Amino acid sequence: MAVILFREAIKRGLAEALDSNPNVFIMGEDIGEYGGAYAVTDGFLAKYGEDRIIDTPISEAAFVGAGIGAAAGGLRPVVELMSISFALVAFDQIVNMASNLRYMSGGQIEVPLVLRAPTGAGVQLGATHSQSFETWLAEVPGMSCVCPSNPYDALGLMRTALKSKNPIMFAEPALLYGTRGEVPDEYYEIPLGSANVQREGDDVTLISYGAGMRVLGKVADDLSANGVSAEVIDLRSLSPIDYDTLLTSLEKTNRVLALDTARRTGGMMAEIAAELQERGSEWLDGPIVRVGAEDVPWPYSRNLEQESYPQPADVLTALKKHFNI
Amino acid sequence: MASQAKTKSGKPAKSAKRSAAASKSLENGATGAGSYSQDELLEMFRQMCLIRQFEIACGEHYAKGNIRGFLHLYIGQEATGVGALRPLTDQDYVVTHYRDHGHAISRGLDVNRSMAELFGRKTGLSKGKGGSMHLFDAAKRFMGGHAIVGGQFPLALGLAFSQKYQKTDGVTVCFFGDGSTNQGLYHETLNLAAVWKVPMLFVLENNGYGMGTAVERVRAGSPDFYTDVDRYGIDAVEVDGMDVLAVREAADIAIAKLRAGEGPLFIEAKTFRYVGHSYADGQKYRDQHEVDEWRRRDPVEAYPQMLIDHKLVSKKQIDQVKADVDAQVAAAVKFAEESPEPDPEELFDDVMA
Repeated sequence: MAVILFREAIKRGLAEALDSNPNVFIMGEDIGEYGGAYAVTDGFLAKYGEDRIIDTPISEAAFVGAGIGAAAGGLRPVVELMSISFALVAFDQIVNMASNLRYMSGGQIEVPLVLRAPTGAGVQLGATHSQSFETWLAEVPGMSCVCPSNPYDALGLMRTALKSKNPIMFAEPALLYGTRGEVPDEYYEIPLGSANVQREGDDVTLISYGAGMRVLGKVADDLSANGVSAEVIDLRSLSPIDYDTLLTSLEKTNRVLALDTARRTGGMMAEIAAELQERGSEWLDGPIVRVGAEDVPWPYSRNLEQESYPQPADVLTALKKHFNI
Repeated sequence: MASQAKTKSGKPAKSAKRSAAASKSLENGATGAGSYSQDELLEMFRQMCLIRQFEIACGEHYAKGNIRGFLHLYIGQEATGVGALRPLTDQDYVVTHYRDHGHAISRGLDVNRSMAELFGRKTGLSKGKGGSMHLFDAAKRFMGGHAIVGGQFPLALGLAFSQKYQKTDGVTVCFFGDGSTNQGLYHETLNLAAVWKVPMLFVLENNGYGMGTAVERVRAGSPDFYTDVDRYGIDAVEVDGMDVLAVREAADIAIAKLRAGEGPLFIEAKTFRYVGHSYADGQKYRDQHEVDEWRRRDPVEAYPQMLIDHKLVSKKQIDQVKADVDAQVAAAVKFAEESPEPDPEELFDDVMA
């Protein structure tokens, strides 16, 4: 067991694939000579060469699309976007092309493509670099979407992603690259569609993913200090969603709060709340409560950004208001 | 499919060697015909004729309500698709736009299953899930049928990249229309294809209109597209897209160069569709005179007449091809009509692996 950085966990997953499969290659903006905007691919160019570590021009639609074509042609591309906000430039390719190809060809075309991108707010990058479009892609049939919250999950999910026969969005919370966690030496994978009960409890179920898990960790500590036992669940996989784990917890605690660090309206937790109330209404003691970022563009200023970003105190206030805990 | 013409018995035709002397002996627009065997000359006619009759049948069955959705016919452009794809072999990829029936037929996709796809039947190429704009046959490396204008460019780029990466000598042909050249992906893909030096053949089918908008109304600068690519250091030629031999000759040269690592390359074929953009098009944006002028050079009429005039084939042979094609299209319609619709549970198949 070693303690490593979140970015090192992703890097390890990529390196394993590069080492074991000659059809794996990585492309993206400044991933080679520069070493990657978040240093995930630092050193890869020297080790694997420019045929496999490919610096692209700033043409997101073209190089994401080329990744789709390369995947359809039998390779296993990993395409890095410098920000998930930049995925918007390539959305036509991701949605119309990658996720639809299998279906509209009647199952003939396979696109084993891993798309990686930093996601989320909290690092003062302003309106165009702080968004969380993994929630949009989670709605799209024909592709998977994951977002790890710690190094262990990042490595386990990356290994799975690199074996998937479908396109997959691998969203990496920008806030977490420099955080640490334990990763075992033994090989393991984390299957898609498996949520993780990070902390067991009886009084309330707290659900989030990615950077939201840091907020929920503090909330659970605070609740615990006041004698309230929270069950904390990390979705890990936004598509597919592990509703079995969520419903099992709901049946036990009878209360749910779901946290988005992205905008609340139309967010991931809107879908979670709708599904849970429909499938688990008989176990609910109250409304399914959502906490999320404000419905405004992300501001640059530190205090304004934190005003929008959901804080542990916001979650605690909501729990007090709705559940009186 | 065949890399060269097949005889009716299915045996490969005699070598289609290029002969400069033979070419020179042919005049009056028949330049190049002497480069190909009689079987190959007839095969090019057969394909164009099959496309024409297939499309006419599609129009009839759209009017009857058997084919729904959007239907974009290839009538008038047959020479471009057939000429460009004849040099390909099994290892090569084809990527195209939503006006894809002609390319599918030229690539040798099953005509019955193509028609069944348009009818939305279980026996269709995509099991009825794709429709007219999304024809696929992975076994023949026919990678669609793409209906977001210009969206097919990077798919073709990536396929060509995979061919280079895997050190095959396969090539990828990407068809696109003049309308798609105003998308950013056109320029992005030209640039990346040139940077990566991939074996990709850009085949522009310039039919003069992006849906109902004439090229010159929305394009700055020269009306010629083949000069666009000078900026990217890509070699390009312009050909008469109504002349199957002119397109074929350009494609022969281009494909050979691509296999030798001299990619990417670009062909602009000046062509025309006689019918509307889609079946619903009232064609208010152009007058009949323009259509009539282009039809005077109709490849499905002019090409076989030229072959007969030069005694390269007989009228009897041409008539036989026409009769065979009519029977084949009738059989395809019958196959489609008699095929079942997809089972309801198939709705959930093929979403994910």
